[in-house]
Amino acid sequence: MDKVILDKFDSALLKAVADLPGIPTGAFSLRKNGKSVQVNVTPNINIIPKKDKPGIDIYVRADTKGETVHIPVVITESGINDVVYNDFYIGRNADVIINAGCGIHNDGCNDTHHNGVHRFFLDEGAKILYVEKHYGEGEGSGKRVLDPVTEVHMGKNSSCEMRTTQIKGVDSTVRTTSAELGDGASLVITEKIMTHGEQLAETNFNVDLNGFDSKVQVTSRSIATENSTQKFVSNVNGNNQCFGHVECDAIIKDHGKVISIPKITANCVDANLIHEAAIGKIAGEQIVKLMTLGLSESEAEAEIIDGFLK
Amino acid sequence: MLELKNINFRADGKHILKDISLTLDAGKFIAITGPNGSGKSTLAKIIMGIDKPDSGQIILNGEDITGYTIDQRARMGISFGFQQPVRFKGITVHDLLNLSAKQKLSNKDACDILATVGLCANSYLDREVNASLSGGELKRIEIASVITRGTKLTIFDEPEAGIDLWSFNNLIRVFNEMRAKLSGSIIVISHQERILNIADEIVLLTDGSIEKIVPHGQPLESFIKMQDVRSCCKL
Repeated sequence: MDKVILDKFDSALLKAVADLPGIPTGAFSLRKNGKSVQVNVTPNINIIPKKDKPGIDIYVRADTKGETVHIPVVITESGINDVVYNDFYIGRNADVIINAGCGIHNDGCNDTHHNGVHRFFLDEGAKILYVEKHYGEGEGSGKRVLDPVTEVHMGKNSSCEMRTTQIKGVDSTVRTTSAELGDGASLVITEKIMTHGEQLAETNFNVDLNGFDSKVQVTSRSIATENSTQKFVSNVNGNNQCFGHVECDAIIKDHGKVISIPKITANCVDANLIHEAAIGKIAGEQIVKLMTLGLSESEAEAEIIDGFLK
Repeated sequence: MLELKNINFRADGKHILKDISLTLDAGKFIAITGPNGSGKSTLAKIIMGIDKPDSGQIILNGEDITGYTIDQRARMGISFGFQQPVRFKGITVHDLLNLSAKQKLSNKDACDILATVGLCANSYLDREVNASLSGGELKRIEIASVITRGTKLTIFDEPEAGIDLWSFNNLIRVFNEMRAKLSGSIIVISHQERILNIADEIVLLTDGSIEKIVPHGQPLESFIKMQDVRSCCKL
């Protein structure tokens, strides 16, 4: 592949979704406007393009420690409909960071879609931190749509932490995440979403706690402003001695709407499952407290929102 | 420094504060005490701008601040410690102290502040100011957020509520240090005998009116009814 030259939109999007100042180092796959434009591998991390459909297979060698895989996606052409299938195979006792993210700049009148279908296969003792940011910008009337699908298959004593963030500019998203956990596996999902305007965001979690002493913690913090709507659906099945905790906290502003639908099912008498949900506007006393420290009302509100989504 | 002129406040059909006039000189420490429902906390909130008086004036250093917002007053040098500390999701103890200090405090500086309220700091800095902290911990953090500002006028609404004996002893020390370092004025709403005893003046509020203003040194029994004195918690 030719050397990739980033334009100003690419650079801004890479910075927004992956905090990258430019082309990353180490293992990475950069995808732009529906095509893979640059791939780099390391002795421990191999990335192989799929032959039957768009996407890549990522293989992390057993016992790999301290490496990061970057798989950013940028879309700057209006009207692109990009679906990509990425499979991650994480070797036994490996411990790596996967930094994903998609930024869309849409100045056109056509809708731009990106659907990342990610599957993770964690071997025994493997550990990953998956960080994903979704971001949209552009002056066009075309919508920016992201519908990620994520599957996590967790082997014995494996560990997965997923931090997903969508703060700005995505008109519509339906996020679907499913996971199955083996013995002693631990899954932590932290989701942060802020919606504006007429945006829609829906997230669906389906977690099967199959393994003995498997654990899941799902935390969703969301802010729905203006006329935006969010829907949070979680379904945790405790099929063994296990622990599951789902927490949905939402702040609503203006005419924002949030729907939270919890479902926890204990199929084993030793399953311990908790769901907590709270929806409400910013507490007036919080704003007053920060105003007594000298912040204006709008500054106080911004600090509360920043903290909530931190 | 602070002058209240003929403050009246009504809520829910009740006349909560009745023609309150009071002067606080620079560097003075006054305690406002009185029975529950006498209007103490309301008076404190009116000085901070959290409640607005129906009539009357609030003068700070010669400037009429009656119409000023909470944050304007805060920026002019008034701080307020809440009786019930406010909880936040996501804002950490360190964040709150940064906001109070108007700068990003180093870990060491933030720890030093927490140490003054008796918290073992390193284990608290990154904790969220939420319900995972006990009432006593939240109260100490609230007090820390107030003293960090180092303003010329600080109002504490029942700072002793919810804190233990050890913290209470610290609190007395904190008040004394604030006076020494800042030459600051302090208004404390309190029922506590030991706080009342270190005040330059005690303002006794009864049924929304100032019944008496008593200078330092007079035995509490000489101006507070016996049943009220007994209800003061002696620590």
